[in-house]
Amino acid sequence: MNEVVSTLSRRNQYAISRMAIADCDLHPAPNSLADLRPYLDDRWWRHLESFGARRRHGCLTGSAYPKGSPGANRRDADPPGGRKPGSNLEFMRAQHLDPNNVQLGILNMISPHPGGVQNPGLSAAMCAAINDWQVVEWTSRDVRLRASVMVPYEQPADAAAEIYRRAGDPNFAQVLLLSRTAEPLGQRRYWPIYEAAVAADLPIGVHAFGYGGAPLTSGGWPSFYIEEMIGHAACCESVITSMVVEGVFERFPALRVILVESGFAWVPAHAWRMDKNWRTIKEENPAVTRLPSEVIRQNIWFTTQPMEEPEDPRHLLDIIEWIGWDRLMFATDYPHWDYDDPTTCLRVSLTEAQRAALFHDNAWRFFVKNRVQDRADDNQ
Amino acid sequence: MLAGAIDCDVHPTLPGLRALFTYLDDAWRETFVQRGMHELVSNNYPPGAPLSVRPDWRPDVGPPAQLPQLRSHVLDPMQTRAAICNCLYGVQLLFSEDMAAAIARAINDWMARELLDREPRLRASIVVPMQNTELAVDEIERHASDKRFVQVLVLAMGDMPLGRRAYWPIYAAAERHHLPIGIHAGSNYHNPTTPTGWGTYHSEDYINQAQAFQTQLASLVCEGVFRRFPRLRVVLIESGFTWLPACLWRMAKFWRGLRPDVPWVDRSPAEIVREHVRLTLQPLDVPPDQEHLERFWEHVGSDELLLFSTDYPHWQYDGDVPLPSGLPAGLVHKIMIDNPLATYPRLREALQ
Repeated sequence: MNEVVSTLSRRNQYAISRMAIADCDLHPAPNSLADLRPYLDDRWWRHLESFGARRRHGCLTGSAYPKGSPGANRRDADPPGGRKPGSNLEFMRAQHLDPNNVQLGILNMISPHPGGVQNPGLSAAMCAAINDWQVVEWTSRDVRLRASVMVPYEQPADAAAEIYRRAGDPNFAQVLLLSRTAEPLGQRRYWPIYEAAVAADLPIGVHAFGYGGAPLTSGGWPSFYIEEMIGHAACCESVITSMVVEGVFERFPALRVILVESGFAWVPAHAWRMDKNWRTIKEENPAVTRLPSEVIRQNIWFTTQPMEEPEDPRHLLDIIEWIGWDRLMFATDYPHWDYDDPTTCLRVSLTEAQRAALFHDNAWRFFVKNRVQDRADDNQ
Repeated sequence: MLAGAIDCDVHPTLPGLRALFTYLDDAWRETFVQRGMHELVSNNYPPGAPLSVRPDWRPDVGPPAQLPQLRSHVLDPMQTRAAICNCLYGVQLLFSEDMAAAIARAINDWMARELLDREPRLRASIVVPMQNTELAVDEIERHASDKRFVQVLVLAMGDMPLGRRAYWPIYAAAERHHLPIGIHAGSNYHNPTTPTGWGTYHSEDYINQAQAFQTQLASLVCEGVFRRFPRLRVVLIESGFTWLPACLWRMAKFWRGLRPDVPWVDRSPAEIVREHVRLTLQPLDVPPDQEHLERFWEHVGSDELLLFSTDYPHWQYDGDVPLPSGLPAGLVHKIMIDNPLATYPRLREALQ
């Protein structure tokens, strides 16, 4: 007994001595779809049992690019009792939230994210079910956690309806899309989602992955999972290209977009390349009135994981400076295998202000404070 | 500017399909006439778009970048020692393997007669029908003995990632004949131009070329192309280059995490790329100020990667100086002369 108490107290002291962290990419998961059963009506549950959730790829279960570990999870993240990693709040607290002093955790449901499910009714029903499940099982049980509004993003009208339904609910911090959509995300068919997000004062999170039907590269299907992982950065660069060149941020200047789990070292070079093509952009689409790098600087944020690893770690400081110390938000990707450990991932010394901004304050401002402040302003 | 530079990317314009008629056999010539085929201009460079021709290089009438203009606009004023012609006609767009092979053959013969025979400073890349590996190899073999062909030309966005093993006979032929594989910006438009479908605008397609190059590098490395063909060199042409350091950092990270997926990749992708891959200079997607640029060169970590190019007649820069400012003289010499010679064995043989 004494031993247990002393272990606990050592752990707490350890956590308290650490700086508070905001983790912008936590992955809860249902142990199985049966966990969602209470939130789905009979018609869609029967449909799921009969046909499954069909997406724009061949595998009903499993993956044509098998992960490097079961479920792409850390091998030490299995909760007791044989449940799936990410399916048990108590274990997530004990393994990650408490010892790392996570004060704000953004939940991103991606296994599954039903936004790309082909059947439109099923996609909408599953998104709504997961939103309910997140509140009951997660955010109402731990004040540090905020959920993402899952939306059937290939049906923007339905997605907007789901956003309006959750607007003003403090359990939700952002709207969640996957990066590999059926069309580039700047295209007008998706604009109702942005309109609703701005109205609901929710940022749009774009998380890597998804199946939109197009090959994973613009030169066809690669062979290996490692290529899929490397390719997420390139995919998200195209997402930015589309959103900027289509003029999304001219139409919705208050829209805030955060790219999740695509790294960040590629951002400056992509902005330079877009600026280089400014002449063509403004001739093709006069609606775009600002330099792409300015648009990116004003409307787009990034999470850190998977943090790129230069041979000289100091080069990462140049990159962060070029993106802006106020634009990057720390994320671990817990419980996935490529988890960035907050204690070891950044192998450079930071000032206290830089550390606070990157690991906590930027996210706090982005997800919490801005909204509180805005509401205070409205009330005046 | 340094005299005697080697310009690794210029684009003489094929005046039209009709210009190839004397290089086609009777059956194909008759086919083109019968079927009313006059043009095969690709969407990659709409002729009227700003990028496609620099304004002061755009002629009042007729096609741009004909031989006299190429001489007066770049070869003469820059005192270029050699320039590599990359013909961007729409061969890759076709779906018929036979028709693509016929046009590729005609283009290569047209380049040999109309450009290389007339201007000793010019070299050319062999245009190959990537629709069919066997026919592509045939085309390489057909020109291999002509040392003025110094490279094999493919596009950055094709049917399959370039590392895929179906293409390996092409690399075997290229390695055998000391021909680097030049991957040039552009799509055959057989796949959507992004992993999330078709972009709306030309500017998107062009910007997104950099993403195609990144995933092609990943494919070449992960499939083990350079392990199988240790003497093969790949040149990324009109690719931009500032995306490279971040791409290598990312590849190295995932290689450390996922090596069992590709066990034959037995050293860091960054090391493999630095040994086997080169990039041309233009377009300069560089940071806005000098101080950032100096720090960026440190990220590149090598002075051997860049090869001088003007990308003539594309509108990538104004005035006479295609180099970024503030480069140390030693690096300028490497980019303009040493690195191209080290990359192209056939140029080295002829010019050194």
